[in-house]
Amino acid sequence: MLLETAVSFFLLVGAFFTLVGAIGLARLPDFYMRLHGPTKATTLGVGGTLTASMIYFTAVEGTSLHELLITLFLFVTAPVSANLLARAALRLKLRSRAPLPEASGAGRD
Amino acid sequence: MMRRWLPHPVTSCVLLVAWLLLNRSADAGHVLLGALLAVAIPLAVRRFFHRPVRLRRPRAAVRLALVVLWDIVRANVNVARLVLGPPARLRPVFVEVPLDVEHPIAVALLASIVTMTPGTVSCDPSTDRRRILVHALDVDDPDRLAREIKSRYERPLQEIFAC
Repeated sequence: MLLETAVSFFLLVGAFFTLVGAIGLARLPDFYMRLHGPTKATTLGVGGTLTASMIYFTAVEGTSLHELLITLFLFVTAPVSANLLARAALRLKLRSRAPLPEASGAGRD
Repeated sequence: MMRRWLPHPVTSCVLLVAWLLLNRSADAGHVLLGALLAVAIPLAVRRFFHRPVRLRRPRAAVRLALVVLWDIVRANVNVARLVLGPPARLRPVFVEVPLDVEHPIAVALLASIVTMTPGTVSCDPSTDRRRILVHALDVDDPDRLAREIKSRYERPLQEIFAC
């Protein structure tokens, strides 16, 4: 019972934040702001789901920690892809609600 | 001798642990194979590390990791609120944060941390690594944001990398 409650709790938290990330991606007004949805809300979304998986499989099959690796890989890759997208957007001078910075490396080289 | 075969002890430890986790086993065979990889991979990629990485303060590293984890949870709740609220009220800005850390890996870490935490995405580390450009979702005082990033994340990184 306790196990089921904990697993459901983390699954719901995970699902909620994944949903929020998707809503952010669809709803925010410009490209740079949309980047915030998938980079952040998804972190806790995936984190919640993985925590649920860790709890469930540890209880049912014995220690299950390889979910930690998914977290690690996500932390390594998500910022890099966000950074690349932002750089590309800056270089293309995409429309932005925040004033675009003048002296950034964007237009120079 | 030690330096020669294990140029990056921390990387080696991470590789070994990752191997054991991937295989979900700590049998002697897997430990042996993992240890081989942990020695071989850092040697193979040695040329990509231009400057040696020396971690000075393991305790500061653990503290920073905890601060970042906590901030990620806060960031998510915060961003969730902003996303579900009316988008017209958001005040996005670009902020340039001047950097004091110099080590390329420390700069990369700082940029990653900024991307993972409250309402900010790092966009463009300038080519000279003297500043990073940060896009924030909803900010009333850009200077305070820059100061916060510096004191909360950069200073600990500076201590850890001793640069």
